[in-house]
Amino acid sequence: MIRLSLQKKLLAGSEAMQLELELSIPQGDFITLSGPSGAGKTSVLRMLAGLLQPDEGCIEINGEPWFDHHRGIDLPPQRRSLGFVFQDYALFPNMSVRENLLFALSKGQPRQIIEELVHVLELENIQHRKPGTLSGGQKQRVALARALVRQPAVLLLDEPLSALDASLRGKLQDYLLQLHRQLRFTAIMVSHDPAEVFKMSDQVVLMENGKVVKQGLPELVMPELSGGAHQRLSGLVLAATTSEKGKSQVLVRIGDNTLRLDAPASEGLRAGDQVEVSVSLISGVARKRD
Amino acid sequence: MIEWTPLLLTFKLALITTFILLVVSIPLAYWLAFTKTKVKPLAETIVSMPLVLPPTVLGFYLLVAMSPNHAFGQSVEALLGIRLVFSFEGLVLGSIIYSLPFMVYPMQAGFTNLPPSLTEAAFVLGKSKWTTLFRVQLPNMKPSLIAGIVLTFAHTIGEFGVVLMIGGNIPGITKVASIAIYDEVESMNYKLAHAYSLVLFVVTFTILLLAYLVSGRYLKKIWL
Repeated sequence: MIRLSLQKKLLAGSEAMQLELELSIPQGDFITLSGPSGAGKTSVLRMLAGLLQPDEGCIEINGEPWFDHHRGIDLPPQRRSLGFVFQDYALFPNMSVRENLLFALSKGQPRQIIEELVHVLELENIQHRKPGTLSGGQKQRVALARALVRQPAVLLLDEPLSALDASLRGKLQDYLLQLHRQLRFTAIMVSHDPAEVFKMSDQVVLMENGKVVKQGLPELVMPELSGGAHQRLSGLVLAATTSEKGKSQVLVRIGDNTLRLDAPASEGLRAGDQVEVSVSLISGVARKRD
Repeated sequence: MIEWTPLLLTFKLALITTFILLVVSIPLAYWLAFTKTKVKPLAETIVSMPLVLPPTVLGFYLLVAMSPNHAFGQSVEALLGIRLVFSFEGLVLGSIIYSLPFMVYPMQAGFTNLPPSLTEAAFVLGKSKWTTLFRVQLPNMKPSLIAGIVLTFAHTIGEFGVVLMIGGNIPGITKVASIAIYDEVESMNYKLAHAYSLVLFVVTFTILLLAYLVSGRYLKKIWL
């Protein structure tokens, strides 16, 4: 069981924001932290890892206190048994893939784990290459393997798959789920992608402005996926046009689709504006794409 | 006939100075790069002073401090049995202070430019600051290290004012090439002055050229 009670004053852009969070996470669960950027998700991971000090509160992992403001406990990152997958991968450029993994070994730890991870994450063919020569997906696999070398009880992932294209992301999600089932670590992942949240998590924690606004099963927490005939979608205006009859229209990008929609001229929409699109669904049918 | 001693002395001085500065500057640059203390601007000012101070001013104060009549010179002599004024050891100490910014600043920039996540990743993997420094940080800032080494070496070769003030002109001990050149010009011996100058010119040119070839982009960035 992971118990978090954190308070920290953060600077989000130029404004100060108070992060306040109470959270219990059952051992072995897969949790995603979701919410708008600047909500404090990454800061929560950094506080767990000991890379950022909370102002108040405590962090307790399986009964062991890692941080306790009142008792003056603050374990350095080196003594917290966790794996961290950084958003920029943070692979050591001076070491080959294999050396990156070997570097992660604890003193006296058998090397067998390296062979296993190399095998599971299919790194055989790239293990002697330097990180600078790898593609994003390959780097991601190496970063994941390196974070798991010490067989941590907790794995933290900071938007690890956001930079990858959809098909590669799906494959890495499968790897991650497979490893999670095998090794039974507790995983806490920051993610914006609703599909990823649904696929991966036992529980979603939705954060806004440093506070938890909702927590629970993905289908209960993600509001835009609640169903119903009326939906509000958020999109981005790509272009605004006025037809010969003086009717103004906008091209709006929603997810991977672009729609041409009417927009009242009084709104004065311009390219780059964020908009909310109200749509009514009479009925919807989903079919598998070719 | 050309005397090789001043030239050899110059390169010996530059080598020793560069090596000691390399060791001394790692902790100093690390501290300057990562400290959050309020006295950082003061520390940076002190390290930068040799860049703007006339070498004679620096040399003069060093001469005063090193003299056996003053506390510093006295205690060094009492503790280590080394007299600093007009000795090679004194020259090394003076050169270290004089060339300090040329080693510290490239290194500090190297530390600052490393992605913080590299250091954090090593910490999270349970590695000490020491291991992280030698296995992760220093190996990933080689261009900065090369820049520091080359600049320090070249700058020490070009030293004149400080050396003259604290070392004087003792053949084989403190008479380095730059002083030998001055000496020969004074005695109208242009041919010999030219010989010394040409050697210094060619050697420093070659070193800098090699450095530019190895990590050119970086050197240009801090120099221009």
